[in-house]
Amino acid sequence: MKNVDDPKQLLVSAIESGTVIDHIPASTLFKVIKILGLDRIRNQITFGTNLESKTDGKKAIIKIAGKFFEDDDINRIALVAPNAKLNIIRDYQVIEKRVVEVPDTINAIAKCMNPKCITNFEKVTTRFRVVSKKPVALKCLYCEKITDQERLEII
Amino acid sequence: MKPRSLVSIDDLTTEEITKILSLAAEFEKTPVQDILRGKVVATLFFEPSTRTRLSFESAVNKLGGKVIGFTDSSSSSVTKGETLNDTIRTVNNYVDLIVMRHPIEGSARYASEISTVPVINAGDGANQHPTQTLLDLYSILKTQGTLENLNICMVGDLKYGRTVHSLLMAMSRWTTSFNFVAPEELKMPDEYKLYLRNLGLDYYETADLNEVINMADIIYMTRVQRERFSDPMEYEKVKNAYVLHDHMLSETKPGMKILHPLPRVNEISTDVDANAKAYYFEQALNGVYTRQAIICTLLGLK
Ligand SMILES: [Zn+2]
Repeated sequence: MKNVDDPKQLLVSAIESGTVIDHIPASTLFKVIKILGLDRIRNQITFGTNLESKTDGKKAIIKIAGKFFEDDDINRIALVAPNAKLNIIRDYQVIEKRVVEVPDTINAIAKCMNPKCITNFEKVTTRFRVVSKKPVALKCLYCEKITDQERLEII
Repeated sequence: MKPRSLVSIDDLTTEEITKILSLAAEFEKTPVQDILRGKVVATLFFEPSTRTRLSFESAVNKLGGKVIGFTDSSSSSVTKGETLNDTIRTVNNYVDLIVMRHPIEGSARYASEISTVPVINAGDGANQHPTQTLLDLYSILKTQGTLENLNICMVGDLKYGRTVHSLLMAMSRWTTSFNFVAPEELKMPDEYKLYLRNLGLDYYETADLNEVINMADIIYMTRVQRERFSDPMEYEKVKNAYVLHDHMLSETKPGMKILHPLPRVNEISTDVDANAKAYYFEQALNGVYTRQAIICTLLGLK
């Protein structure tokens, strides 16, 4: 059995098939879990966090057995893990590598930073147009104010 | 099909703006018509704004329509904790169009998504007030005969002034040069200057009105409010620098007009009122024609 992961990733057990999400900042691991709804699915999931990374400081990694994501779904994590890399695994082999890209619109996952915005008063699904991808800046479709990376909160 | 609403001036193409302005000119010629007979318009004012509400109600009445509504939310079901969602879902059963003013930003966009009838935003907090912008454009077009190649001089609170930001964005659709006259603390925010730069439009900033006043085709006055200053001494220093007096107008362009969204406090001295360049009261009248044009456009009646 070949293992495609580097030695550090071995801290978390290998999967036969599924998705490995690497290079998640340790500080946003739980946001990624929430955005992808991993707390609500029944697949086998292992994750490691506070792993050393040469490029990212402390990083986290998630392995989800038997799960493959659509681009639109996975790109949502770009808000909190812009450098995340995906390895798609079948038969313990990486068959595809992907990076995430901030989508043009962000619905339902981010909170508008404007305390006077209607989305913070009533049950309104937040909707943003992405006006800048790096660093991320989101324009609220309701109050038209900009929520930037620093003030970004995931609902 | 989703009804057409007016929430932000950006909802309109330049062609649509031009159409509304020429329709407003038609209503100026014939303000009393029977176009809205049998139609009911709701004016939902969750915060008071007498001037805007009266302007809308006058517009509807002159066209034979009826108005229902409330003038501040303390007398309505809102105080009993009703959500905006429920208010709109209820009211849109009774009327053909909703005019709404609400202190919460984005409330008008949200209402327009829920409503089965067109919604006109008559101000959502510090965000948008598109009918004010359209009546400003109408006043500029009517007095200057064009929207091309004008010099607009904006004076006073350019930092928090929603009307000047919105007018700037709208006028930037045409070739316009701007002079911004404001105290240091109330200068035009960078994002608007960047916007103009990206479009290749000229602007100039100064704290001295006399320096640029004679270049102006339009002087757009706003109020400098004491509560905007972190240091009350700063306010005392600048408060008289942004007041327009009649003697300052002697060398200004003959066709120049002075606009103000009203109400004014003391930023335009009353000795200006008799000057032919004073245009703020006519501007308010133009608001009725412009709103007639907007209502009829959204209802598909013109
Ligand atoms: Zn917002």
